[in-house]
Amino acid sequence: MITIKNLHASINGKEILKGLDLTVNAGEVHAIMGPNGAGKSTLASVLAGREDYEITEGSVDFDGTDLLDMDTEDRAREGLFLAFQYPVEIPGVSNINFLRTAINEIREYKGEEAMSAKEFMATVREKSALVELDPKLASRSVNEGFSGGEKKRNEIFQMAMLEPKLSILDETDSGLDIDALRIVANGVNTLKGDDNASIVITHYQRLLDYIVPDFVHVLYDGKIVKSGPKELALELEEKGYDWIKEEMTL
Amino acid sequence: MANYTENELAKDLEDQEYKFGFTSDIDADTIPKGLSEDVIRLISHKKEEPEWLLEYRLNAYRIWQEMIEPEWGHVHYTKPDFQDIAYYSAPNQTKKYESWDDVDPEMKETMAKLGISLEEQKRLTGVAVDFVMDSVSVATSFKAKLAELGIIFCSFSEAVQDHPELVRANMGTVVPHTDNFYAALNSAVFTDGSFCYIPKGVRCPMELSTYFRINQGGTGQFERTLVVADEGSYVSYLEGCTAPQRDENQLHAAVVELIAKDNAEIKYSTVQNWYPGDKNGVGGIFNFVTKRGICGTNSKISWTQVETGSAVTWKYPSCILKGDHSVGEFYSVAVTNNYQQADTGTKMIHLGKGTKSTIISKGISAGKSQNSYRGLVQIHKNAQNARNFSQCDSLLMTDECGAHTFPYIECKNSSAKIEHEATTSKIGEDQIFYCLQRGISEEKAIGLIVNGYCKEVLNQLPMEFAVEAQKLLTISLEGSVG
Repeated sequence: MITIKNLHASINGKEILKGLDLTVNAGEVHAIMGPNGAGKSTLASVLAGREDYEITEGSVDFDGTDLLDMDTEDRAREGLFLAFQYPVEIPGVSNINFLRTAINEIREYKGEEAMSAKEFMATVREKSALVELDPKLASRSVNEGFSGGEKKRNEIFQMAMLEPKLSILDETDSGLDIDALRIVANGVNTLKGDDNASIVITHYQRLLDYIVPDFVHVLYDGKIVKSGPKELALELEEKGYDWIKEEMTL
Repeated sequence: MANYTENELAKDLEDQEYKFGFTSDIDADTIPKGLSEDVIRLISHKKEEPEWLLEYRLNAYRIWQEMIEPEWGHVHYTKPDFQDIAYYSAPNQTKKYESWDDVDPEMKETMAKLGISLEEQKRLTGVAVDFVMDSVSVATSFKAKLAELGIIFCSFSEAVQDHPELVRANMGTVVPHTDNFYAALNSAVFTDGSFCYIPKGVRCPMELSTYFRINQGGTGQFERTLVVADEGSYVSYLEGCTAPQRDENQLHAAVVELIAKDNAEIKYSTVQNWYPGDKNGVGGIFNFVTKRGICGTNSKISWTQVETGSAVTWKYPSCILKGDHSVGEFYSVAVTNNYQQADTGTKMIHLGKGTKSTIISKGISAGKSQNSYRGLVQIHKNAQNARNFSQCDSLLMTDECGAHTFPYIECKNSSAKIEHEATTSKIGEDQIFYCLQRGISEEKAIGLIVNGYCKEVLNQLPMEFAVEAQKLLTISLEGSVG
């Protein structure tokens, strides 16, 4: 699905990613954990194509194409989805209009016909139920006046609507209470399939009780320094990140 | 059913050229360039006007000659040469059409290009259209139906012939011929426009719509619109403008007068899309318009405008709230791109007790343009308990454009309550990135964000206009983020 090799990225001249390697196959869920400032959100931003970052070295292959060579919107159209850590508010633009525009832009890119209003509304009903999103929120302006939990659920709702190949969840658990966490996780688990994959970026192990990863990676100082099965997350939760740092300095 | 402002935006937005930049090749009867009393007499003669109207014109002309062109606007332009303008141009047809089938096919084609096929409009939307090709109305629809209700909706010239007493009693009562430089000029040389009268207690069952269009090269247009809503009546009036692409500047100096008698309501909506000049600021329309309404007791006048065109705009649709408990509203979106300049806003003059006014102004500046809001809220000493709320928002698309706000408040009654809010923001890179990440192109993203920003104003427009306005906003701002 995605193969990241020796990725180096910097912002304002400061190097954040320092040779990151990661391979994610279809059907897999990968968790990326790590202390603050390790570069977790930078990785998400760089893959999604935020222009503030400069890629100085390395390559990213996304389903056979050079991801770094693609425009931000084309990455999205090819099936890369980022669930934002801080979803953006767009006053005056309803969720429905926003999503319909997105879906039809993606369809147009793929040479497909626009989705009919009827099909669209039926999909909205189905997918909003999946994340227990109040249907009223679908008619409200994008994220405007949403609670923190509603914003995150809205991200998963959008993900469900767009059916991406690769989803990157950037700290989706932050700011969620336990019920919201369960709902979000349930959404992600339901959407999981053999032909898609997820990268779950998180600070805490808590989310991984609900979204069970196939692999856990520790990101530290711009590199993946340790990878392992899901039990690694528990170990991190128990011991913190210091032992990793110690291992690094040895 | 999604709200109409949520309609999918236009698909054919790739073409950045001015969509309506074409010229119709129709024989026109044009008076040679230049302005003098003789030209005014000739215009009046050609239009077979009564003596009092000729006198009105000549009075205005004499006063205009003494006047100085205003310079206080936050705009810079080369002043028009008033002797280099042809003041009269009418499509060369002497006879009004008996039916739509008789209309010149080329004129029909022009209308089709504008997307306002009358047949379609008649059938589908129930909008009566008084289409102004240059200065003479060539087609008026639904007249019979309106006549049943006693509603008069016709060209200004026809009104002068058929309803001279109504025209004479009302014309110039809101915008006197002495009002300002361009109003005086208009009063002297206006050629046509629209007239509308709604009788007592009648609610006009359809949106009345006039499409103005400048067509003859080098012909300034001096439109005159007069809307009279008698006691307890209601009318919604739409005005939309497009113009052919030109290299020379074209002057447009219209006068619009609205009279809402006691308990009447007038809703006046404008979508203005005149040629703004090219990317380098060459050409484009000068739009110096005087629009004003006067309210009787318990009456209401609401101005809604979406301004995307013109090289230079100078326009302040205003309300004189004379009657007690009357209401004035002004909802505006003004977009400037490239080298466009707009100095626009409103005046709310509170004379009566318990009068209320609302001002919502959304300015969007792109390119190297300058966008100014200029508004006056004036509370007179007898206007007990007057209320005003003003909100002026500015959105900047680039680092090279400018947004300016000049709010004036004059209050002579201590019971008045006046609120003014203003914001300035730059279009959010985070918002655009969010849209891009969902697969939405940058152009569409800007369209979405800008239309969302203007929603409060767009929601005031009748549906067909709102859709058109959304498309215009998007077209006007293509490739404008920097």
